[in-house]
Amino acid sequence: MKYVDEYRKKDLIISLSEKLKTISKKEIALMEVCGGHTMAIHRFGLTSLLPSNIHLISGPGCPVCVSSQHFIDMAMAYSRISGVIITTYGDLIRVPGSSTSLEKERASGSDIRIIYSVLESLEIAKNNPEKNIIFLGIGFETTAPATAAALVQAKKEKINNFYVLSAHKVMPPVMKTLVEEGVKIDGFIAPGHVSAITGTGIYDELASEYGLGVVVTGFEPADLMQAVLMLALQIESGTQRVEVQYQRVVHKDGNTIAQRLIDEVFVHGNDIWRGLGAIPGSGLKIKEDFSSFDAEKHFFVDIPESSEPKGCICGQILRGLKTPLDCRLFAKKCTPSDPVGACMVSGEGTCATYYKYRS
Amino acid sequence: MQEERKILLGHGSGGELMHQLIKDVFIKHFGNEILNEQTDSAVLQAGSSDIAFTTDSFVIDPLFFPGGNIGKLAVCGTVNDLAVSGAEPLYISVSFIIEEGFPIADLEKITESLAAEAKKAGVLIVTGDTKVVNKGKCDKMFINTAGIGRLSSKNLFISKAKNINAGDVIIINGTIGDHGMAVMNARESFNFKTRVESDCASLNHLIAEVLGKYPVKFMRDPTRGGVATVLNELAAKTGFGIEISEPDLPVNNGVRAMCELLGFDPLHIANEGKVLIVAGTKEGFKILEVLKNNELGMKSAIIGRVVTDHPGKIVLRNETGGRRIVDSLAGDQLPRIC
Repeated sequence: MKYVDEYRKKDLIISLSEKLKTISKKEIALMEVCGGHTMAIHRFGLTSLLPSNIHLISGPGCPVCVSSQHFIDMAMAYSRISGVIITTYGDLIRVPGSSTSLEKERASGSDIRIIYSVLESLEIAKNNPEKNIIFLGIGFETTAPATAAALVQAKKEKINNFYVLSAHKVMPPVMKTLVEEGVKIDGFIAPGHVSAITGTGIYDELASEYGLGVVVTGFEPADLMQAVLMLALQIESGTQRVEVQYQRVVHKDGNTIAQRLIDEVFVHGNDIWRGLGAIPGSGLKIKEDFSSFDAEKHFFVDIPESSEPKGCICGQILRGLKTPLDCRLFAKKCTPSDPVGACMVSGEGTCATYYKYRS
Repeated sequence: MQEERKILLGHGSGGELMHQLIKDVFIKHFGNEILNEQTDSAVLQAGSSDIAFTTDSFVIDPLFFPGGNIGKLAVCGTVNDLAVSGAEPLYISVSFIIEEGFPIADLEKITESLAAEAKKAGVLIVTGDTKVVNKGKCDKMFINTAGIGRLSSKNLFISKAKNINAGDVIIINGTIGDHGMAVMNARESFNFKTRVESDCASLNHLIAEVLGKYPVKFMRDPTRGGVATVLNELAAKTGFGIEISEPDLPVNNGVRAMCELLGFDPLHIANEGKVLIVAGTKEGFKILEVLKNNELGMKSAIIGRVVTDHPGKIVLRNETGGRRIVDSLAGDQLPRIC
């Protein structure tokens, strides 16, 4: 298959691995921020191809995993309002809230529909004029433009029964927070699809202020091995900077149309990350111009104070401080069929990845 | 307060949740030595000979999909459950539950497909039932079937997986994941330009040809839950490990592309015209030849082996030398977000 097979060639990957072994003997810790990267690293067994002085740490880049308990609880409370249809990406459906999950709410009679594109929500809204459709907006710069496009479209078409509960987030503030909190890393493997939208400038500060290397990377094994190599070379030569490995997709300016859409609809604000707490400027809130579509301004629900599940260390895992193997619930009380923490639910969550690729 | 437990969609997905439900509810109340075997068909003694008996329900949405419809599927599913037990399928029943307002023209199309596929498979539809329910009380149409087949005593052991040894090979008669992805592509509004067709087919003639020539140790059709779920059941049952090789897995490009995009694993996707065969190494290669010469097995491949390592677990090796454990499907597969 084109654009896939050529980046999975064993010879290429082995040659990158061999080269890596000659570069640096320093202890190097790199954080792959994105859950997609975590999954690819384990799926292709890349850790076994790295020299023992290079360590990969998983970061907080799985949108489901970082969605706060409060957000999940709100979604469930909304789903219980009569006449409401919840539309959501599938990953969210099994995330445990304080008491139940969307999957269980659906079994109890709530109308909760899995969609693949937010634009399907607009169709559902048009076909059900007597109902209120609330889309659960999650994801980073990758999914936010689609939500923005849907809101612009809804405004244009004067669809007045479509709402968004936005928990969209942006990547750079959380990366900065982790560094400032003292998580020991020498560089970031940054998600290629985020930069396909934003361009690469969003990481300049991490390189200039904090002296960290950032390599914007694709999702195939050769991409990741090459990114590790580029970071090792930067660290070895003391030339930490922002580089693009994923040149076949990422332009340094990104997708300016998508950026304009995000700017038109969203404004940066505080957001709560599971296990990390409030991070200033990390959330995308719906602008005043679009407030008639903002679910939080129209539906008022009482959400009891939420707490993280007992014993769950998702928070520390998302910070890269611990691995799932340090969690006493992992693979015992917490499994993909009966998850305790969000990191076990999404296919790209660190715990689900460790579970799947454990040996 | 104890939370009231409810049936979730995941309980019907053929994976871990469903197995738990079968154990906790059905086996608990029905348990008997025939049912407890939990094979595709029950093996019953009728006088001096044995018969295989199976039942299945079809609730597929959409009713018509590339490569088939609910009628064809009902015959194939029932025939295959009997055939993989080593039986010769003979008779089937077909019961319809139809929603008020259903177009009779569609019913006719579905019935024609049922008849045509039954003829092709060489089985007779000998009894049936029709129920109509109020609008909204069922989704267009559900079909339930039962099937009876003759089981020769030399094939009695096939569904029991008792003669399996380390070194045995695991064969599949073609590409995996086609049915599940074809239905998903037809159901959702992806607008993928690739055409993925269901592999829906009756395998009894193909299986009879193999059984007539070479000994088979175990067979199972990897329907819901996919190849991964069948292999996990086999490993659990035998206590052996299974190693499979990702580069050897036959997967159509369209299915592969959809799986890459959605974050699905083809090993977890349903098939409706596939059989997994376990055989000794020497016989395995000969069986492969037989399969490849049949139009329902042209893309057959040996995908793995039974091993003594990692008992009870399926380990997959990929092209880059990575290895991972392949679990049964936990619930429904969920598409990834970004």
